[in-house]
Amino acid sequence: MADARRRLESETSAMVGAPRIHDSATRHVAGEAVYIDDIAAPEGLLHAYLGLSRIAHGRLVSLDLAPVLAAPGVVAVLTAADIPGVNDISSTHRHDEPVFATQTILHHGQPLFAVVAQTRQAAREAAALAQAVYEETPPVLDVAAARAAGGRLVTDPLKLERGDVAAALAESPRRLKGSMTIGGQDHFYLESQIALAIPGEEEDMQVFSSTQHPSEVQHMVAQVLGVASHAVTVEVRRMGGGFGGKETQSNLFACVAALAARKLKRPVKLRPDRDDDMIVTGKRHDFVVDYEIGFDDEGRIHAVDAVYAARCGWNADLSGPVTDRALFHMDNCYFYPAVRGRSEPLLTNTVSNTAFRGFGGPQGMVGAERFIEEVAFATGLDPLEVRRRNLYGGTPGEGPGRDLTPYHQTVTDNIAGEVIARLERSCDYRARQAAIREANARSPVVKRGIALTPVKFGISFTATWYNQAGALVHVYTDGSVMLNHGGTEMGQGLYVKVAQVVAQAFGIGLDQVKITATTTGKVPNTSATAASSGSDLNGMAALDACATIKARLTEFAARHWQESPEAIVFRPGFVQVGAREIAFADLVKAAYIGRVQLSATGFYATPKIHWDRKAGRGQPFYYFAYGAAAAEVAVDTLTGEYKVERVDILHDCGTSLNPAIDKGQIEGGFIQGMGWLTTEELVWDAKGVLKTHAPSTYKIPVASDRPRIFNVALLENAPNREATIHRSKAVGEPPLMLAISVLHALSDAVASVGGHRICPRLDAPATPERVLAAVERVRAEAGR
Amino acid sequence: MRDTVRFLLGDALIEIANCDPTLTVLDWLRLERRLTGSKEGCAEGDCGACTVVVGRLDRGRLRYEAINACIRFLPTLDGCQVLTVEHLKGPDGSLHPVQQAMVDCHGSQCGFCTPGIVMSLFALWLNEDAPSVARIEDALAGNLCRCTGYEPIIAAALRMSSGGHDRPDYEAVTARLHDLEDDETLALSGPGGHFFAPATVEELADLVAAHPQATLVAGATDVGLWVTKGMRRLDPVISLGRIAALREIADRGDRVVIGAMATHAEVRPVLASLSPQLDELMRRFGGEQVRNAGTIGGNIANGSPIGDLPPALIALGATLVLRRGGEQRQIPLENFFLDYRKQDRREGEFVEAVIVPRPGPDALIHVSKISKRFDEDISAVCGAFLLRLNSAGRIAEARLAYGGMAGTPKRAAAAEAALTGRRWDEAAVNAAIAALASDFTPLSDMRASAGYRLTVAGNLLRRFLIETTQPDVETRVAGQLAEAAHG
Repeated sequence: MADARRRLESETSAMVGAPRIHDSATRHVAGEAVYIDDIAAPEGLLHAYLGLSRIAHGRLVSLDLAPVLAAPGVVAVLTAADIPGVNDISSTHRHDEPVFATQTILHHGQPLFAVVAQTRQAAREAAALAQAVYEETPPVLDVAAARAAGGRLVTDPLKLERGDVAAALAESPRRLKGSMTIGGQDHFYLESQIALAIPGEEEDMQVFSSTQHPSEVQHMVAQVLGVASHAVTVEVRRMGGGFGGKETQSNLFACVAALAARKLKRPVKLRPDRDDDMIVTGKRHDFVVDYEIGFDDEGRIHAVDAVYAARCGWNADLSGPVTDRALFHMDNCYFYPAVRGRSEPLLTNTVSNTAFRGFGGPQGMVGAERFIEEVAFATGLDPLEVRRRNLYGGTPGEGPGRDLTPYHQTVTDNIAGEVIARLERSCDYRARQAAIREANARSPVVKRGIALTPVKFGISFTATWYNQAGALVHVYTDGSVMLNHGGTEMGQGLYVKVAQVVAQAFGIGLDQVKITATTTGKVPNTSATAASSGSDLNGMAALDACATIKARLTEFAARHWQESPEAIVFRPGFVQVGAREIAFADLVKAAYIGRVQLSATGFYATPKIHWDRKAGRGQPFYYFAYGAAAAEVAVDTLTGEYKVERVDILHDCGTSLNPAIDKGQIEGGFIQGMGWLTTEELVWDAKGVLKTHAPSTYKIPVASDRPRIFNVALLENAPNREATIHRSKAVGEPPLMLAISVLHALSDAVASVGGHRICPRLDAPATPERVLAAVERVRAEAGR
Repeated sequence: MRDTVRFLLGDALIEIANCDPTLTVLDWLRLERRLTGSKEGCAEGDCGACTVVVGRLDRGRLRYEAINACIRFLPTLDGCQVLTVEHLKGPDGSLHPVQQAMVDCHGSQCGFCTPGIVMSLFALWLNEDAPSVARIEDALAGNLCRCTGYEPIIAAALRMSSGGHDRPDYEAVTARLHDLEDDETLALSGPGGHFFAPATVEELADLVAAHPQATLVAGATDVGLWVTKGMRRLDPVISLGRIAALREIADRGDRVVIGAMATHAEVRPVLASLSPQLDELMRRFGGEQVRNAGTIGGNIANGSPIGDLPPALIALGATLVLRRGGEQRQIPLENFFLDYRKQDRREGEFVEAVIVPRPGPDALIHVSKISKRFDEDISAVCGAFLLRLNSAGRIAEARLAYGGMAGTPKRAAAAEAALTGRRWDEAAVNAAIAALASDFTPLSDMRASAGYRLTVAGNLLRRFLIETTQPDVETRVAGQLAEAAHG
């Protein structure tokens, strides 16, 4: 008993802040973690498959589905005419995203119909048999073409402005103009999109959806079926990766499965093949950033005027907030005395680009680091020195006033300078830089490069109302606890982090807390698990529910054992009741007999934030997360091949809820960002057909791409200055942008062939081909 | 004739009579056996989420290999043992050391790739003690993880302990698989068509002659995609997998004779003995699962313009052995490739072997594969060169073969002519590069532009020159050649 007690104490004392394993780890490695495709098939299960447009732009003249219906195993075909509710799943409610196209076709791969069959293979084979007649219109495929065609926007653009940019540019000692292309990125979640819909009585529909946003799936299914939200329950235990790709993009699959289930009164599953998933669903927005910078010979930026044009695809989806967030991060860590940023969310005949880890922020930041690089090469200063000189309120001797963002929020928690300085020391940046320069001089073919770049990422949904969360906590009479909240688990470790919060609140072990699948039936009206906000929001909501239950238990215990409420303390492993030590389970049992409610909801709304989009002013972010990375690369100047050899990272997680999970987010985010900026290239042909629609042609990093030397540290003794959950900081997205250091290390290596006098202006993704082109251009310009 | 496919699933003997020729192992596991631990990530053998470990008798010795279940046809498992992630836990329910290491190192996040990664590491655990980081990376090249960035997975692989857990009973499994071996041709039919797996070359020759329209399947690393991506019905299918004679690799002194069914993994050591650059080429061939399944004959017969092996084999002067019935003919490999996806394989003929002449110590050999991603990618350009200098230091023979530069793997005749008779120096390289423009008019596609291809094709000759004349100059940034140069 004493042993058990000690074990429980050590198990519970270091709960929050402990490197606990992912709650599903032992099931993951045994193949026992259940994903939606693994759920035992309900009796009578049918399979749906989407029939897709084979043109990118034009009109559907006719669609003959008779051959589809006649195919073996086919039960039904569904078109827009079969939709009892509304043929629209636009998350913005702009009515620009039909489930099935009726006449106008806006991208290659747009769904025209669905076929339902006895087996998935039968449905998939039948879907290919449709006879569609099209009237083709030349597709508008990229930013340049969209501008040439008149620049139709999918949503209202945003302008951020502070100071008189035109005057500041005119008065700047020096100025330059440039343009940068930044590529998109496929999410490549390992589990493709999937939904399983099971009809209930009357209008009821249960939907298992691999989604980051169960509430939106619920609303969309209800809208398409023409039923009330209360008839639809959406559940997800886990996703096999999301990364933003399942924030809105899961709606289509869930709605079609539900539509088929409703029509046929049988369970229906829809899982696209990987290629179809990539052809149908949106990706990270690619951008063209056109910029003009005013600066001086000391490398100080005086003014920035930039336009951020994005390939948004065929409908608005989240392109508004994504392009907004690009502008919110056009500064990264840097103060621009005068600034104007404008977004240009362009409609194109491609997949509708969507949320992806960082949500436009990475593109804004890549632009900011290009500005710095331009200034560095123009002035002959070291890029890191230029970075330092332009930090928000970060330069010693600099008075106040250098702390205002382009959106008029004051940066009050700036630690970028400190993070950079610490990392610069710990990774021996200066000495290595000197050694690399020296070695390059002796190496005619392979050139090395090094760069250190910082990250400042704003935390909160810029749609202020999204910054709310709910939780539901039940305590059962044996002292075990059921935890439910609106956040979804996509691998990021949200479930275990929130469970740690709950276990610590009650002083119980993690094994006492059962984490249950996210479902709209338990916690309603939830926000997407996105914007890095999962543990900030849901951790606080769960803690709120625990506080409610603890207050009731405290009040009961004080009454029951005749102690003052102050004498009741939930300690690791037991509850202190005056001099007594009572097991949590015993207290719970007594409270139940005493008719105390042992279940509570919790709620949280992020304080302090507000945002006026029209005015371009406000405090959209509760706080900022910081970090810095130093990357070293080797580039082959004959082929453009390269290798990232070493990366050092110092990242700010506030007081980490779980350093092991956070380290995983940092490493994984970095590698994902590195892939985005290096080998992951999306290629469409002239007809608007995606040519990189499978892992054979779309290359995400493999094990050997990660740097062999990979030093990752969490910034210590840096609690969040805001009262977040146990003073932690959000970690889902910010580390992705640490990978910008790789782009600049490549650039540094390329610059060496021109004696570091010519700015390589290396665009992203920096494929070997782009690197070689930059090498050849720099060489040619340097030789002039 | 035997009409039942027989194999072991874990310890259980499975016998299936009516089976579609192209039913994949993954669909069978997931849909028919409800073993849902193995996942479908891509259905094209590129992501590894479906990885299972297959044990087979190789010259009587039990050999376990990771393969992709998503593109492996079930009937080709005849005579094998299949182990899935569900077979790893101990009888007491304890995690296998590989699984435990993954848990301890936080090696899973979303968990979807994890069963495949566990199985790849399990194969490594079975076959190698204390693998190096480089070797672990190779073993995982065919496993994509989108969450972790691989760092904790590598840490797990370094930590997985060798003892304390039952290994398969090699003796018992060998005996059971031996019992399943016979010389009968396996002949199955299902609603989807017919499947034949002869056990001898003679039976194969007869079957191919009798079914000239049959699809010949070796490792199915490409044919598998015709089914999973192209949704093609292949009928009949003739599998070459059971014919031990076709897997033989014979060293004949001045040449090596490689059976068409030798896998890339099996071919690697013999090619490595010819040149470290060939070793590196084979190391980078697909992922480990593809190297374990794909064959040299399949890679050639497939006729891809970018197949990795043909340029190297052409540069070496390899000869192809083709067979129809009892007849054999031999042709220089370069003559086999007629046009885009068109080969000199006559009706009823199959690739039996490849003869690779040993180049000898006087030959200078170079192989470079250029791809967007260094490992597990298809080349944008592959260049393989062989030079022989005469006693006067002039180029007596030049064989420059390229992949990715034309509709077929092809020699650069004009560039070869430009080199021949010259000293091996920069002037020669410049002349050869100028000639390349008349040799090739490459295409632009999603892998690279025509301009990049042509530039790199030339620059690879510069690399070759530097590597052969200035060995101290660093020319490779990644892979084992870079590591060897770093020391």
